[in-house]
Amino acid sequence: MLSIKNLTASINGTPVLKGIDLEIKAGEIHAIMGPNGSGKSTLGKVLVGHPAYEVTGGEVLYEGRNLFEMAADERARAGLFMGFQHPIEVPGVSNAAFLRLAYNKKAEADGRDELDPLEFDDFIHEKIKLVAMREEFLDRSLNEGFSGGEKKRNEILQMAVLEPKLAILDELDSGLDIDALRVLGEAVNRLQRPDRALLIITHFPRILETIQPQFVHVLSGGRILKSAGKELATELEDRGYDWVLEEAAAGGAR
Amino acid sequence: MSTTLNVVTSQAYKYGFVTDIEADSVAPGLSEDVIRFISAKKGEPDWLLEFRLKAYRHWLTMAEPEWAKVEYPKPDFQKIVYYSAPKPKKPQYASLDEVDPELRRTFEKLGVPIHEQEALAGVAVDVVFDSVSVTTTYREKLAAVGIIFCSFSEAVKSHPDLVKKYLGSVVPSSDNFYAALNSAVFTDGSFVFIPKGVACPMDLSTYFRINNKESGQFERTLIIAEEGASVSYLEGCTAPQFDTNQLHAAVVELVALDDASIKYSTVQNWYAGDKDGKGGIFNFVTKRGLCKGKRSHISWTQVETGSAITWKYPSCVLLGDDSIGEFYSVALTNHKQQADTGTKMIHIGRNTKSTIVSKGISAGDSSNSYRGLVKVQPKAEGARNFSQCDSMLIGQSSSASTFPYIEVQNRSARVEHEATTSKIGEEQLLYFQQRGIPAEEAISMIINGFCKDVFRELPMEFAVEATKLLSLKLEGSVG
Repeated sequence: MLSIKNLTASINGTPVLKGIDLEIKAGEIHAIMGPNGSGKSTLGKVLVGHPAYEVTGGEVLYEGRNLFEMAADERARAGLFMGFQHPIEVPGVSNAAFLRLAYNKKAEADGRDELDPLEFDDFIHEKIKLVAMREEFLDRSLNEGFSGGEKKRNEILQMAVLEPKLAILDELDSGLDIDALRVLGEAVNRLQRPDRALLIITHFPRILETIQPQFVHVLSGGRILKSAGKELATELEDRGYDWVLEEAAAGGAR
Repeated sequence: MSTTLNVVTSQAYKYGFVTDIEADSVAPGLSEDVIRFISAKKGEPDWLLEFRLKAYRHWLTMAEPEWAKVEYPKPDFQKIVYYSAPKPKKPQYASLDEVDPELRRTFEKLGVPIHEQEALAGVAVDVVFDSVSVTTTYREKLAAVGIIFCSFSEAVKSHPDLVKKYLGSVVPSSDNFYAALNSAVFTDGSFVFIPKGVACPMDLSTYFRINNKESGQFERTLIIAEEGASVSYLEGCTAPQFDTNQLHAAVVELVALDDASIKYSTVQNWYAGDKDGKGGIFNFVTKRGLCKGKRSHISWTQVETGSAITWKYPSCVLLGDDSIGEFYSVALTNHKQQADTGTKMIHIGRNTKSTIVSKGISAGDSSNSYRGLVKVQPKAEGARNFSQCDSMLIGQSSSASTFPYIEVQNRSARVEHEATTSKIGEEQLLYFQQRGIPAEEAISMIINGFCKDVFRELPMEFAVEATKLLSLKLEGSVG
């Protein structure tokens, strides 16, 4: 589904990604972990087309297409989704109107019927149950005055509405209490299908107890230093990141 | 700055064409002789000529205001043409069919309905081209209920007493530099009189068009609503695209007597100059409403998108007890545009109320300032004001400022002021794009959300037009 080969990227001329290789197949769940400032959020932003980052080399194929030839909104309509670490607030734009526009853009691209406001109302009321969101949040302005946790809940609601093929979740656990984390983690699990894939970007292993990855990668200094199965997450929880960095410095893993 | 923002905010101005029409113009320059010429040309009574000359003599003693946060080369008042009229084939048009076809085509291109049968949902229109009013629609229908809606020049002839009574009663000819200039040289405009107890059955509208390259436009609008009367008035404006600046210095006076209500809406789309700041209209306008009667109500709604420089403060003088003043404004600037706009709410009567909602949007290298005064005089027992001033910045190099002035001289007054600043940048756009929404739709959605409190005050067609206009104006600025 996603094939990243020797990807390099920089921001304002400073290299941040220094050669990333990663293969994600349908049905898989991958976790990218790493210390702060390692470049793991950058990877997500580059994949969804953040304009501040310049791709300086390498190649990314998404379902066989060159990802970098697609505009950011086109990538989204093709099923690439990012749950943002810091979702923005938009005063005066109702959450429901935003969700419906996003849904209809995707539906139009997929050749499905668009939903009018009444149809969408029925549709969205089913979806909010999945993330245990209160109805009033639909009528409020998009993310405006939402707590950190409510914003994250809204991100997963959007994921449920758009049903992406590949969802990148950037620091889903930040700002969430333990109960909310479990609710959202379970919602993400329920959205996972054999034809979909997940890329979880996280600093803390905690979220991986609910959303269990088959593959864990440690990213630091713009490179993937170590890749292994989900047991690596447990090891990182116990031992922190330093030993991976030391091992890499000693010339072990690339 | 990335390209999407830039592409979305640099759409060309589509009203920038010039009509090739023979004009009857006076040579550039200003003197008592020119004023006498204008007055004679219009066949004015002596008192009006005296009004003009008095204003002119006062203007000579005044200096251009420099307190606004705008920078521009001072106009050379001797290079401006103070009178320019499309040359009529006949002295008076018996019907619209006699109007020069070139002129009719101009307004067709602009989408202004000057034929009654083509008019939108019954909006009566007064059309002002350079210095004169070309036509006014639906006059008979309005006259049947006693409403006078005609060009200012006609009103001087047909209703001199009303004009004499109210002209300069809200904005005195010595009020400020540009109001004095207007009082000396104004050429035409609209006149509206709604008699006692009449609710105007349709929206009234004036469409202003500057065509002549050297001409200034100095129109004068006077709207009077007698006891219990009500009216909704719309104003639209465009100008051709020249690389020189044209001066627009209008005066609008509104008078509301007991229980009367006047709603004045403007969608201003004068040519703003090119992306490097060359050309464009200098829009130096004095608009003021007098809530003269008890429980009277004046509401200003403006959508300011054009002009190179905007200097404009539609205000309300709340003289009558329990009167209400409102100001709803969206001001959008892009490229090198500069706007210094806001309002004054002067509370004089008891239990007077005012509301100010101002939304400033700045893109490109533009500068956008809100400047507003809320003044509560000693006798304004129980006066209340609520002000909300929000600014939105698009891109990296635009600026927004807020200058609220509050003067309260009565202890029972309640004055509230809220202000916010937000930014549409890459992160915001990416968020929308990441949900499959293209950048242009994203900007339009964000801007409409931001302006919602103002747009819902506009009459329906105007609100639709304003929404489109903002999107158009911002095309190319996000990126």
